[in-house]
Amino acid sequence: MIKDYLLEEKLPLFWCAGCGNGIVLQAILRNIDKRGFTRENTVITTGIGCWGKADDYVTTNSFHGTHGRALPFSTGIKLANPSLNVFTLMGDGDGITIGGNHLIHAARRNVDLVAIMVNNLNYGMTGGQYSGTTPKHAITKTSPYGHVENGFDVCKVVQAAGAPFVARGTVYDVVQLDKLISKAIDHKGFSFVEVISPCPTHFGRSNKLGDAPKMMQWIKDNTISQEKAAGMTRDELQGKFVTGIFEEREQEDYSTAYQKVIDSLRGGENE
Amino acid sequence: MKTITINEKWCKKCGICAAFCPKKVFDRDEDGRPVAARPEDCIGCRLCEMRCPDFAVTVEG
Ligand SMILES: Cc1ncc(C[n+]2csc(CCOP(=O)(O)OP(=O)(O)O)c2C)c(N)n1
Ligand code: SF4
Ligand code: SF4
Ligand code: SF4
Ligand SMILES: [Mg+2]
Repeated sequence: MIKDYLLEEKLPLFWCAGCGNGIVLQAILRNIDKRGFTRENTVITTGIGCWGKADDYVTTNSFHGTHGRALPFSTGIKLANPSLNVFTLMGDGDGITIGGNHLIHAARRNVDLVAIMVNNLNYGMTGGQYSGTTPKHAITKTSPYGHVENGFDVCKVVQAAGAPFVARGTVYDVVQLDKLISKAIDHKGFSFVEVISPCPTHFGRSNKLGDAPKMMQWIKDNTISQEKAAGMTRDELQGKFVTGIFEEREQEDYSTAYQKVIDSLRGGENE
Repeated sequence: MKTITINEKWCKKCGICAAFCPKKVFDRDEDGRPVAARPEDCIGCRLCEMRCPDFAVTVEG
């Protein structure tokens, strides 16, 4: 039962009405439940932010870190005990803005964990400032006349950094999201899923996107499958959310490579 | 027939379950709270349950 992994006495959730975070949390717990992972062999790590509060609601092991540093903590956990199932939850501020450097290096090292970045296009917790993913022209608290910068295509960044599994989904298409998280769990190595999610309170309100159902509709209307996107120009793809699996290949993970070194040195000792 | 339960303590009346049910099973009362008014039309897709941000919907049967 998914409820075995949900700390029910902490509910209702702290998140605003219609915030997408709870949809992602449910999808993660559903997949943990499906595999029968235990509270003891699972660790959920977070940074800081609204999404960073997710660990408050789980019965598994959890580690609430500092802003942008969930991946370094997870790397340490995985090094100390490679048999643990580690899930690292990051926001867009957390994951690619303050924590961008940790993200590319964890991807490069190919640490065997599931990294889930909820991209709500702004810093929700601190009042809706722009982040590294806020699209050009968007209104936020720190870009009241329209954002002058371009947002990262985070999946491309993580792909270029060397992650063997990279995908993007949305909270609108929950069936696809479920599959992406499932594949990420089954994939050995650094498995990254970006989830496009509404922050109706800040990004939605600032950009006059309407209430929670309207914001879900907005995400749906701006979502394009990677198959369709393949025939479109960069300009045409501005402000669109391209979904699908962008990378899926086998590559030796960090713990396995490390263990080989340990084994080879131990072998040397015995000679 | 499916049984659709809303946990009133957890529901925040966001309206997502009602807006995207493919069979329009839900009405919303004057406070915006979802009411499963036409459970006989439910096809058991569980999209309302999966899309609820507050773990407040359960579809059984
Ligand atoms: C080192 C440090 N800098 C800044 C902050 C303030 N801060 C808290 S949360 C946050 C941004 C959160 O944005 P995001 O990661 O996108 O999460 P969201 O709230 O949108 O889920 C910031 C800047 C902090 N807690 N620590
Ligand atoms: S401020 Fe935005 S991200 Fe934070 S809980 Fe509210 S809707 Fe969610
Ligand atoms: S989706 Fe969930 S929180 Fe939103 S109105 Fe429906 S039951 Fe309530
Ligand atoms: S299970 Fe599907 S058809 Fe039934 S109420 Fe929920 S969304 Fe509607
Ligand atoms: Mg954010």
